[in-house]
Order: sequence, then structure tokens, then C-alpha cells
Amino acid sequence: MSSTSNTTVSTGGLPSRRNTELAMLVFAVLLPVLAYANVGLAKDESLPAGMAGYGLGLGLLAGVMHLVVRRWAPYADPLLLPVAVLLNGMGLVLIWRLDQEPTITTDSLGGPMAPNQLLWSTVGVALFILVLLFLKDHRILQRYTYISMVVALVLLVMPLVPGLGKNVNGARIWVSLPGVGSLQPAEFAKIIIVVFFSGYLMVKRDALALASRRFMGLYLPRGRDLGPILVVWAISLMILVLETDLGTSLLFFGVFVIMLYIATERTSWIVFGLLLSVGGAVFVASFNSHVKTRVDQWLDPLALASNGGVTESAQVMYSFGSGGLFGSGLGQGFSRLIGGIGAKSDYILATVGEELGLAGMMAIILLYALLIERGFRTALAARDPFGKLLAGGLTAVFALQIFVVAGGVTGVIPLTGMTMPFLAQGGSSVIANWALIALLLRISDTARKPAPAPAPSLDAEETQVVRA
Amino acid sequence: MNKPMRRVAIFCGLLILALLARVNWVQFVQADELQNDANNRRTIIERYAQPRGDIIVDGEPVTGSVETDDDDFTYERTYTDGELWAPVTGFTSLFRSATMLEGVEDEFLTGDDDRLFFNNTIDMLTGEDPRGGNVVTTLNADAQRAAYEGLGDAKGAVAAIDPRTGAVLALVSTPSFDPNTVTGNSEEASEAFAALSEDPDEPTLNRALRQTYPPGSTFKLVTATGALENGLLPDVDEPTDTPDPYYLPGTESEVTNLTNDRCENATLRIALVDSCNTVFAKLSDELGNEQMIETAESFGYNQGEDLTIPIRVQESVYPEDNAPQNAQAGFGQASNRATPLQMAMVAAAIANNGTLMEPYMVDKLVAPNLNVIEQHEPQEFSRPMSPETAQQMQSAMESVVSDGPSHDAASIDGVTVGGKTGTAQHGEENSENPYAWFVSYAMVDDESPVAVAVVVEDAGVERDAISGSGLAAPIAHDVMEAVLGSQE
Repeated sequence: MSSTSNTTVSTGGLPSRRNTELAMLVFAVLLPVLAYANVGLAKDESLPAGMAGYGLGLGLLAGVMHLVVRRWAPYADPLLLPVAVLLNGMGLVLIWRLDQEPTITTDSLGGPMAPNQLLWSTVGVALFILVLLFLKDHRILQRYTYISMVVALVLLVMPLVPGLGKNVNGARIWVSLPGVGSLQPAEFAKIIIVVFFSGYLMVKRDALALASRRFMGLYLPRGRDLGPILVVWAISLMILVLETDLGTSLLFFGVFVIMLYIATERTSWIVFGLLLSVGGAVFVASFNSHVKTRVDQWLDPLALASNGGVTESAQVMYSFGSGGLFGSGLGQGFSRLIGGIGAKSDYILATVGEELGLAGMMAIILLYALLIERGFRTALAARDPFGKLLAGGLTAVFALQIFVVAGGVTGVIPLTGMTMPFLAQGGSSVIANWALIALLLRISDTARKPAPAPAPSLDAEETQVVRA
Repeated sequence: MNKPMRRVAIFCGLLILALLARVNWVQFVQADELQNDANNRRTIIERYAQPRGDIIVDGEPVTGSVETDDDDFTYERTYTDGELWAPVTGFTSLFRSATMLEGVEDEFLTGDDDRLFFNNTIDMLTGEDPRGGNVVTTLNADAQRAAYEGLGDAKGAVAAIDPRTGAVLALVSTPSFDPNTVTGNSEEASEAFAALSEDPDEPTLNRALRQTYPPGSTFKLVTATGALENGLLPDVDEPTDTPDPYYLPGTESEVTNLTNDRCENATLRIALVDSCNTVFAKLSDELGNEQMIETAESFGYNQGEDLTIPIRVQESVYPEDNAPQNAQAGFGQASNRATPLQMAMVAAAIANNGTLMEPYMVDKLVAPNLNVIEQHEPQEFSRPMSPETAQQMQSAMESVVSDGPSHDAASIDGVTVGGKTGTAQHGEENSENPYAWFVSYAMVDDESPVAVAVVVEDAGVERDAISGSGLAAPIAHDVMEAVLGSQE
């Protein structure tokens, strides 16, 4: 390792930076509050009544999280929490702002959603606190490798169970629980499956990396090692076909390939993974009409629908175009023209683009980039291979989701129905992502702690020393 | 595992970079294109987000804006006496771009005009609601009403201008339509619009400005002016040495006259009073095609798209032609065509002692806070004739009214009125009912405050009853009287 890596992989410990975090948190709470004021002034020329409530709520959540981190994860990365709070806060403002549009806030569309989103955020924060409180060391998760696999598979298949799953906008990715509402199990599954991959790959990595035959310049793995990969490929295809959920299948397969590559350090896995995913995508796109429509709309977003109407993808592009460099200002755009529930969930970036402009869009994307960067930094800093894989996997999931959603909405790739973490409306999403941040904080706290905790596995520790 | 981890991190960085590049492309490079896309509803929403400025006639707005409960369109355009003013105001609707003054002055009326920027900024700072500027027209409400009522159920048009300034005083086209029916965002409005577009009577056609007709005998004024100006005749009382019948040059085609035998060797005065085709065919031939084109152009013909008042006026044409056609054009029955406004300009140039003023119908543009942003100054358009020729022509046109068949219909007590009738044949072999024309001016204290042109396409009367003096002259009379009355 070069000398520069001393800043990331260190045995000496780093300053805790908790006060830096607090200062940034104040900023992260203040900014959304100002945004509320902005929307209220633009819409009704008065400060909105809910501003104090939301501001206090967000401030309270941020404060509690900060105290928990200060007490139970004192050496955790100081940037992760403020960035997540800021994104969550901006999400609440954007949803509240869209709630002010009567045409997309009708009863049939679920009415106002900001109050519920605040509630779900609170649940997410509770989960965040629970994770930091009870998961003293992320390596404990290693014990649950195979249980994780089962749980993840069950969650993924849940929407297909008759009576439990429901079909919304052509995708069967929701589960309705009586008394609780709708959940998107895939949001939770994405974290749990990373836990499984980390545990599985940590054990199998040497077998996968070394026991392979060279064929046409590629290292091909043995059949029994290849098995699970083909299983995951098949599962992601199944999700795609049966639930018509492009995003989730792309996410799962992509994360698996990335984690395989990290664990084995063999490029051949990437080539192999890409071949499988391209094959799968072509196979599905050739007969699935839902997917085909998405691809057509991606190639020509401004084309009119068959009935002559302006499509959602065209409306989204108009939103971005109207935003221009600096946007119309919060509350002064027309992203409601996108219509339906999508404006508050999948297409929330269109509102960002229209009302905050290119500048705002870049700021939001860079906030996500910052989270991703801190995630990878945590992975690099982690001392144990399981932690490395877990942090790297979680960050990769997060990064892929950002790319799939933002890329889909802005037209880099065909649109897939997924939510922008923290920003978009959706209970499952915000809860799951708070848990994800908590896990990252836990790993980074372990990594940055001055005195390393005794490793449960001597092997891992020694391997690390040799490699470092 | 750090090496592949770094590579994955770089890969994710590239994904982010792709996103950043894409949003820059969409929101910077493509922004204008997307913003102005025809299907982007925002443009039209913003159009109706604030009350539109008004079009004002005689100090009273003939338009208005009302707040609606529509989600997208806060304000809706309303029109007072819509059918009367439609040829002037045009209309603005969700289904098509705005027309007439609504269209030409659209930016000013919506408040988007750069010249309103300063006023808008002040309004914003003082907390005034934004609204568009007002367009003050030159129109005379009494004259407009007189023309509209005069035409009644007939199909036709009236254009009246003030010869001294070129200000348009009346602009009527019938059948008209009520713009109120097509402004809203409703099923009925879109149906009404579809019905208007398909109506065979073309109610949305502005016949006074956008329809050209064979001018018939009213064109004899142009030919006569050309003859006097080019020295073919010393004055209107000199015999013209014209045979009756007259044969079109180089042909066996006979030109005849509808009236008695005064046309042989008639003077210009007699030829105008009796509307002798032979005299003007011969004069046109003697002037030649080139001279005739030049004369017609000095009155405003062959302007292409250039004539705007500021609404675009359809081009009136006097084309290049062979000798027989040119001779026939001399009495307005060949391929030369004119808008009613063009014929009003001919009468106005004669009434204004030979100086043709540029026609205009927007007197000034006024900001919402009543600051005058633009004031129109009358401009000279051309000098088709000398003052002497103009006096000769006036004297002859006055004889047309005092001695001709339109005497009872057109003359006004105590006012000198000059005029010219016209009955223009049209259709294959003149099969269809002819158009009845009348152009005239009124003179008070050696100044003419009004010149008017009336064309009646179809009044639903028997063919024999169609004549300029019978159908068109009474309307011109009422319009002139209304203008004179409102000036007292």
C-alpha cells in the first residue's frame, strides 16, 4: 500500500469529527426549512403553516441521530449523516410542495403525502438508531449469511404471492399489508442480499478466484462455484419477467457482479456478468411489451402516445427543459403536468430539475456522489474483508440505484420504476435507506476506531496484515 | 481487495459523471428546444397566468379578462361585442395561435414585450399584480357599428380610413363570429373552433384586409388618375376621343357600356359618372401596362407582404399582362384584384389632395400603469398624384355622387361627398352574382376626415338588383355620417 492510503486504512485512529458533523447537521436542517419558506412565499405569499412542524420534526430527528452517533459510533464518518438528513429534508419539502398541487393530490391518488413521509422518515430514523444501538459490530451479521439469503428471496418473491402483492402501473413490486399500507420489499431485500453476498463471497472468494480454468484468455470458474451466480442471474431475470421490475433486477445483478469482482479481483467475472446481463436484457426486451415501451420512450421521449397524448416521459423532458440553468424557483414550476403519483416518487427529480434548475440538479447529484464516495472510503478503510465487502456492496447498491433512477428519468438509460433514495416519496425506501446509512456508519466507526476491536477471526486479521 | 474496490469506485464515479453530463445536455443544450416544443403545455399556461392587456376603442376596452376556475389557465379572454370587433381584435385561444391585433401585439398584451420590462419590474417591487399592456386603436366605434349594421346579413366588408392621417376608422367583415365562444378551455370551445374552421362562409376571414376582389368600376379612379398624371388628358372635362363600342387592342372583342350613349368621346367626368368601360379600356391601353402598374403601385398595389397596419394586409395586385388584358384591367375586370382597404386608400389619396398616408390602426401602446410606450406618428405612404390632379379627380367624384345613380344613397346634407360605384363581374363566364362596390369620401372645410370602401359579396338579392349604388352606397353613407357626427 502506498503512503497515501494511511489516511483511509489506519491503525492509529482518527479524530472523531463529531462537532463537524453537528455543524453540518445544523446546515442540513436549516436548508430545507428555508426551502419550505420559499415554497410558501411562492405559492401563497405567506410562510407555510406546516413549516415549523416539519422543521422541528426534521431538527429533532437529526438531533437524536447525532446524539446516538456521538454515543454509540463516535468515530463514524462525519459526512454521511448530514448529507442523508439534507436529502431527506429536501425530499420532504419537494413532496410537500407537490402536495400543494390539487391535480396530483386527489383522494384517488392518495391525498397529501408529506405528513406520511415524515412519519416514515421517523420510522427509518428509529431503525437507524436500533441498528447503531444493537449492532455493536457489523461482523455479527456474518453469522446470518444463509438466513439473509432466505429472507431476501422471500422478500423478493412476496409481491408474486396472490392476495399479498399488487400490480401498480404495470409493475408488480408492492405488497399490501393490512393496517400498514403498501411496502416495496425489494428496498429491504437489496440490503439483506448484500449481507448474504458479503458472507458468501468472503468464504468462497479464494475458490472463485483461484480454482478456475483459463479459456480464451478468460478465467472461467468451476461449475459448482458458477452455480450461485447463475441462480442469481435467473432470479433477477425472474423478477424482471414476473414483476416487470427492470430496476430491481438490474440492481441485484449489478451488485452481485461488482461484489464478485471485488472479492475475487478477477476481471473475467465482469466480462462474464456483462455477457449474462446483456443476454438477459435482450431476451426479455424482445418479448415483454412493458419493457419494449420503456425502450421506445427512451429512444424518442418526445413522441406522442398512440392516442395523441403527451407521454409522461415527454412531460419529464419538458420539465427539465423549462428549468434551464437556475430553475423557476421552488413552487413555481409545472411538474404537476407529469400527472399521477409518479411526480412525487419516480419523477421527483423532474421537479428538482424544473424548480431548482441545472444548478440544483447538479447539487443533488453531487450530494449523492458524496454519499457514494464516503461509502467507498469506508469500504477501503474497513479492516476486515466482510466489512469491506459489506460497505462496498451497500455503496454499490446505492450508487447503482442512483444511476438507474436518475439515468432513467433524465434519459441516459430506459426508465425503470425505482425511487430516488431519501428524495422520493415512499415508506419502504426511506426506512431501508436509513438502515443502509446506519450500517455504513457502523462499519466506518469500526474502521476509524483508534484501538481495533479484537477480530473474531484470526485468519481475517492476518490476511489483512499481509495484504497491507 | 482495495484495488478492485478503487476500480469500482471509479466506475461509480463515471456513472455520476454520465448523469452530470446528461443533465447538462438536457437542461442547457436542449433547454430552449424543449421549452418551445409545441406540445409543452407550459407556454400556454404562462400565456394565461396573468390578465392580458386590453384592446381599446374610443377609450373603452373591447376585450377583457376574467378569472376562471380552470387548473391550468388562470385567466380567460372575453370580448365585448365580439362579432362587431372580431376583424380588429381577432382572438386568442388555446387551439390556435392568436390572430389580428391579438396576434400582432401578442407580446405586448401578454406583458412579455421587452419594452414593458421596466414597468413590470416597478410593478413587481410595488407589489402590483403583473398584467399585460394595452393597445389603443384608431377605430371609431360609431363608424364600425354603422358599417356592421349596414352590412347586416350580407356577406361583405367595409374599410374606412382618415385620409389626413391614414388612421383606420372602421374595419368590418361579415359574416362575423363571436370570439368568446372559442377562448375557453372546454369541450364546447374546441367544438366551436372546429365549427368555425369548417364553416363555408369563412366567418374568421377578415374580408376587409385579407380578401381580394376584382375592383370593378371603382378601379376607374386609378386609371383616371394615371391618365391625368401622365398628361394623356389636360383635365376631366376634355373629350377623350373614345369610340363606342371599343375593341380590345389586337382582338375582335368588343367592350360595351351598360349605360346610355353618353360614353362615345366622353369626358373623364362623364365617363366616371356613367361608368363608361370603353373610355377606361382605351386610357389603360394608351398608358400601357408598365404605366398602369406604376400608377397602381403608387396607390399601394403589389406590396407583397410589406403592407401591415400592423396586421398584415393581403397584397392587392395589378399584374404584368398583355395589351387586351391590360385594357380590360383599366375598368377593373381583368386579373387585377384589390382588398377593400386598398380601395379605401385610393379614395383617401384623392381626398387628401394627392398624398396617401400610411394606413395604421394602432394609435399607441400603453403600459398597465398608463405610460405610453409607443405612439404612432402618421407617415406619408406615397404621392400618387399632384394636388391639381387630385382636385380634378375630387371634382369628378363629386359629380358621380351629385349626378350619378348613387345620389340618393350617398349624399349627405351640407357635406361634399365624392364617390365611385362598382359592380364587379366574377365567376366563370360571369355566372355568379357580381360584387357591389362603393368607394367614397366626405369633405368638410376643404379637409376630408373619412374615406370608405364597401364591398358586398352577396346580399341574397336578385341579380338585377345588385349595384354599387343600391347595395354598397348606403353603407358608405352611414359610415361617413357616423364619422362626421362623432367629430362634432
